[in-house]
Amino acid sequence: MRRLLSLHALLVYLFLYVPILVIVALSFNESRRGVRFSGFTLDWYRALFQDPRVLEYFLNTLVVALVSTLVSTVLGTLLALGMVRYRFLGKELLRYLLYIPVVVPDVVMGISLLLLFAFSRELFGFPRLSLFTVILGHITFQLAFVTLVVRSRLLLLDPALEEAARDLGARGFQTFLHVTLPLAWPGVAAGALLALTLSLDDFVVTFFTAGPGATTLPLYIYSSVKLGVSPKVHALSTLIVGLSACFLALGYALSRRRV
Amino acid sequence: MNEAATPAQRFLRVLVTVGPGGLWLFLFVLLPSLLVLLASLLSRGPYGELGLPLGLHNYARALQPVYLEAFTESLLVGVWATLLSALLGYPLAFYIARHPKRDLLLFLLLLPFLTNFLIRVYAWLVLLQREGLVNALLGAFGLGPFAFYPSFGAVLLTTVYTFLPFFVLPVYASVERLDWQLLEAAYDLGARPFRAFLHAVLPQTYPGLFAGSVLVFIPAMGTFVVADLLGAGRVVLIGNLIQQQFGVTRDWAFGAALSVFLMGFVLLSLYLYARLQGERGLEELV
Repeated sequence: MRRLLSLHALLVYLFLYVPILVIVALSFNESRRGVRFSGFTLDWYRALFQDPRVLEYFLNTLVVALVSTLVSTVLGTLLALGMVRYRFLGKELLRYLLYIPVVVPDVVMGISLLLLFAFSRELFGFPRLSLFTVILGHITFQLAFVTLVVRSRLLLLDPALEEAARDLGARGFQTFLHVTLPLAWPGVAAGALLALTLSLDDFVVTFFTAGPGATTLPLYIYSSVKLGVSPKVHALSTLIVGLSACFLALGYALSRRRV
Repeated sequence: MNEAATPAQRFLRVLVTVGPGGLWLFLFVLLPSLLVLLASLLSRGPYGELGLPLGLHNYARALQPVYLEAFTESLLVGVWATLLSALLGYPLAFYIARHPKRDLLLFLLLLPFLTNFLIRVYAWLVLLQREGLVNALLGAFGLGPFAFYPSFGAVLLTTVYTFLPFFVLPVYASVERLDWQLLEAAYDLGARPFRAFLHAVLPQTYPGLFAGSVLVFIPAMGTFVVADLLGAGRVVLIGNLIQQQFGVTRDWAFGAALSVFLMGFVLLSLYLYARLQGERGLEELV
C-alpha cells in the first residue's frame, strides 16, 4: 500500500515537472521545432535580449506589479485593521465585496472592469485603456487577497498587547506604529508577496484592461503562442520559471528560518 | 475597544482605516458588478456600442441550443477536472502529509504552480504538438503521430495540470488534522482496510475534499485561456463566448448576460458548498 502511494506520488510529481523541464531543455536546443536535441545554443536567449520590445514589456510588467502591490498592501492592511478593530455600518457588505474578487472567474472580473472603464469614459472622458487601467485592475483583486491574509494574522494577535501599550500612555498612532504593525508584519509581508505573485502571473484581467502600448509579458507570451510555438517563448518561459523558482526558494528558506 | 475615544475620534479612525479600501471596493467591485447587470439588459447598437432597448432578450438568446452547448461543455470540463484532480490529488495529499520531508514536498508542489499560468498552459501545447515529446515517444513504438489538439481531452488534461495544487492543499490540511486513532479503533473492531478507510478516514477528509472540489471546479469551468489555446475553436466554453463578445464580436450586452449566467454557476456551487460545510466552511475556503 505504502509503495503504491509512493509510486503514485512519483508519477504526479513527474506529471507536474516534465512539461516545464521540456520547455527549459528546448530553450537551449538548436533546432527550431521538434524534440530531437540537435545541439546546445544560446541563440534564442540572444534573440530575446536583442528584441527591444521584450525589454519594454518586461518593464511594463514590473511597473504594474510594483505599483499595484504597494497600493494594495497599504490599502489592504488598513482595511484589515479597520475590519478587525471597529464596528461600523456596512461592514457585512464590505465582507461580501471582499469575497467577490476571490471567487469570481477572472473573465468576469476582466469584463466588469472593462465595462466600468468604458462607462466612465463615456461620462467623464477618462480613463483611456493603458498601463494605468491595468494597475487599477490588479489592485482590485490584490486588495481582496491582502486584506484577507492580513486579517487572519490580526485575528491571531493578543489584544492585551495593544491595551498594555495604551496603558503605558501610547497614543493611537504610536500604538499602531510600534505595537500593531510589527506584530502584524508577517501577515503584511505574506500578503504583499501574494499580491506581487498574483500581479506577475495575471493574464486575463490584464488582457481586458490593457490598451495599446500597455503590453505586459503575459500578453506578449499569449500573442506569440497564438501564432504558434516559438523557441524565443521557450527562452522567455525558462527565464520566468527560473526567476520565480529563486524567489520561492528564498521565501521558503526565510520561512524555515523563522520557524 | 477604546473607551477614551469620542464618537468623532472613532469615526475618524474608521474613516482612515476602512475608508480608502472600502471606497476602492465600492468603485471597482460593487459598481462594475452592477454595470454588468445593467449592460446585460441593454442591446447592441449598430457600431457595437451599448444602447436601448432594455429587455431580457440577451438572456433568452443565451438559452439557445448553440450557446447551451458551451454551458454543458463548461460544466463537463469543471466536473471532469474535479474528478481527475481528486484521483491524482487525494492520494498525493496523504503521501505528503505522512512524509518526513513534507515541507519540501509542499514546496515542490507549489513551485510549478506559482510560475506563470500561461507558461503552464504553453508547456502542454509544446508537449502535445505534432513534433512534441508525446508523439516522439509514441513514434518510438511505431505509433502516431497524432494531432492531440484541438480537443476536449487536451483541454481537460491541461486544466487538471493547471489547477491540481488547488485540490491537494485543502485535502492536505484535512489529512494533517486527521485523528488516526479512529483508524486503529476500526482495525481493533475487526474492520478490513477498505472498510476502515471508508468509515474512519474518508469522512474526516470531507472538508478538504469539498473545498478542493470547489477550488478546482470554479476556475476550471470559468477559464477561457486553456480552451482558447488547446481547444482552438473546437472546445468553446462560456468563458470563450464571453471573451468573443468583448473581443471581435463586440456584443457587450450579450457578453454581460453570459457573465451573469457564469456567475450564477459559481454562486450555485458556492451555495452547495456552504450547505455541505456551513457558513464557517465558506470563511475557511477563502
